[in-house]
Amino acid sequence: MQSFQFLLDGFATAATPINLLLALVGVIVGTAVGVLPGIGPAMTVALLLPVTYNLEPTGAIIMLAGIFYGGMYGGSTTSILLNTPGESSSVVTAIEGNMMAKGGRAAQALATAAVGSWVAGTIGTLLLAFFAPIVTRFAISLGAPEYFAVMLLAFIAVTAVLGSSRLRGFISLALGLTIGLVGLDSVSGQARLTFGIPQLGDGIDIVVVAVGIFALGEALWVAAHLRRRAVEVIPVGRPWMGKSDLKRSWKPWLRGTAFGFPFGAIPAGGAEIPTFLSYITEKRLTKHPEEFGKGAIEGVAGPEAANNASAAGTMVPMLSLGLPTNATAAVMLAALVSYGIQPGPLLLQREGELVWGLIASLFIGNTLLLLLNLPLAPMWAKLLRIPRPYLYAGILFFASMGAYAVNGSSFDLILLLVFGLIGFGMRRFGLPILPLIVAVILGPRVELQGRRALQLSSGDVKGLFGSVDVATGEFRFSALAIVVYVIIVLVLLWPLIFKAIRKMLPAKAAAVVDEISEEPALAVAEHHRVEVTQTDERPSRTENKETPN
Amino acid sequence: VSEAVAAAGDSPAARPAPTRNRAEYGVCVFLALAGIVVLVDALQLSNNRTGVDPLGPKPVPVFVGSLLIVLAVALAVAVLRGSQGEAEAGEDIDLSQPVDVKTVLLLLGVFVANIVLIDFLGWVISGGLLFYGSAIVLGSRHFIRDLVISAVLSVGTFYGFAIGLGVGLPAGILQGIL
Repeated sequence: MQSFQFLLDGFATAATPINLLLALVGVIVGTAVGVLPGIGPAMTVALLLPVTYNLEPTGAIIMLAGIFYGGMYGGSTTSILLNTPGESSSVVTAIEGNMMAKGGRAAQALATAAVGSWVAGTIGTLLLAFFAPIVTRFAISLGAPEYFAVMLLAFIAVTAVLGSSRLRGFISLALGLTIGLVGLDSVSGQARLTFGIPQLGDGIDIVVVAVGIFALGEALWVAAHLRRRAVEVIPVGRPWMGKSDLKRSWKPWLRGTAFGFPFGAIPAGGAEIPTFLSYITEKRLTKHPEEFGKGAIEGVAGPEAANNASAAGTMVPMLSLGLPTNATAAVMLAALVSYGIQPGPLLLQREGELVWGLIASLFIGNTLLLLLNLPLAPMWAKLLRIPRPYLYAGILFFASMGAYAVNGSSFDLILLLVFGLIGFGMRRFGLPILPLIVAVILGPRVELQGRRALQLSSGDVKGLFGSVDVATGEFRFSALAIVVYVIIVLVLLWPLIFKAIRKMLPAKAAAVVDEISEEPALAVAEHHRVEVTQTDERPSRTENKETPN
Repeated sequence: VSEAVAAAGDSPAARPAPTRNRAEYGVCVFLALAGIVVLVDALQLSNNRTGVDPLGPKPVPVFVGSLLIVLAVALAVAVLRGSQGEAEAGEDIDLSQPVDVKTVLLLLGVFVANIVLIDFLGWVISGGLLFYGSAIVLGSRHFIRDLVISAVLSVGTFYGFAIGLGVGLPAGILQGIL
């Protein structure tokens, strides 16, 4: 239990008065900003980065951890109290949560979300403390070819697995790769895509890209379609739950955590799939199936826990491999880079104190969140009524301040504008944002690792598949790299493989395959129309034609 | 999954709109142009491959530029077959309304004004104008209250961030007064 010792040291780092204060401020500010409609956890972290610029890195990252959990919690409050969810990961929470709130059970919905988030966050962080060193040990053994393959997999996974259109995912990825090319080439020192502008020589700051795409793009997009009528906010008192609610919630919390963590930890797991899976599971297992679609507490408890556990899971590849697998992790990695810390397999060795301090402060922030948010919920609910002109003017204001502060130059504001316009276009044309951000961060590193791998093989393409054994001087293929390439090919060809499987199976089995693959979409899109049962009397596929799948 | 997400929210289902399709071709043109720019820029690189760097700086941009052009063509084909991007929904977004071009352009104008003015006027004045202008463009009609909020925000952030936290914000013409 070496991790345990490190974790205790981490608590010693995180529990100094100044760091506790930073965690507290982070949690409060993160929740306040995260509650605001239209601001998800990734944008919360991006907008609040300037607050941390002049702190020393450990304090800054501890504050970010607070902002991160606060932003997540704020988002679920918004989706329960407003009837439209802000982001994909809280869609499922919104379905039953909003129904509960409408039925006068907002307090219980918020309570099960808050306690469920705490349970999932605590278990998830424990698992993180356990797995991060293990994955790191594995990651350190990776050579350039293996690391190159793993990063390629991360690319393909966020692009081809998440989102509705693979083509649009790849467009977004290519745009991100283009942005990542800008600047002096790290090996040869030649300028690429700088157009003779000296400020572009160092490349484009990821913080400016993130703030532009997330914050400015969102503000412009909302301005173009601003809802003129006032939104309905459901009034809420102090969250609480009775014995029967608790009895109905604790199993969904644990099951949700079990779904969320592994999906968060694998590249491209994300929070969408586990929250859907958790929702379906609870719907099947519940003793109150009649309440689903009308506000069942299990349908809030499970998905909310899954959402938070998945967030903790994303920290594993982020801290041990330097791979961001969701937007928030991407922005946090950008933050690390801006503090001068190099993410990657060596992070835990080189910056052990910082990483364990971060993990410990995730525990602290999570608990602070529970203690604060139960009494403060009515105040957060009031924030939902902020006049929209102020909300979006405020986003523009703080985005500009943050981008200017990166280098103290108005040139970054021009870049911010460019990325804001790109973000606007992406929202309009349904281009997913995550592949772009991941490509900006990982693109240059993939190129570097690939070139390093080829350097070891003196330019032979074989170098991407293995390396020369130092002891014997013989070339050896790397099993890991080849397995990863095979997975990449499978992911890319999946739609074809899926069609082939369906053709080969007899009709009845094919229907089952369809059921499995379509279930999440069905359960949510039709939750108020179709009762999902385990018998064969499910509505047939033809009757569900109008459902997008 | 995310299509179901859109269906679960209260966004209207995809509406048949021919102008949207034309705009989608605009995306194809943008991608193709970006691809050409990347390729042209890549061609001016001198590819002095060395033992230390057998690949050189050229192949990756050539790949990315070609990818952009291939994707532009693929998107054009997909749009021809009826593919349509699904506009992002959200709490404050009403997709049944067309894009409000005037608001967006005015907002961009306010933003550009801040870029031009920030170094000369300083953050307090320029940032205040940014907030004030944006709030009014977005429909606020409390001119006095907005002015007070803008002033409090810009002065507050200047003292809090630039002086308190040491974040680099310009004082501009108010140098020495603040």
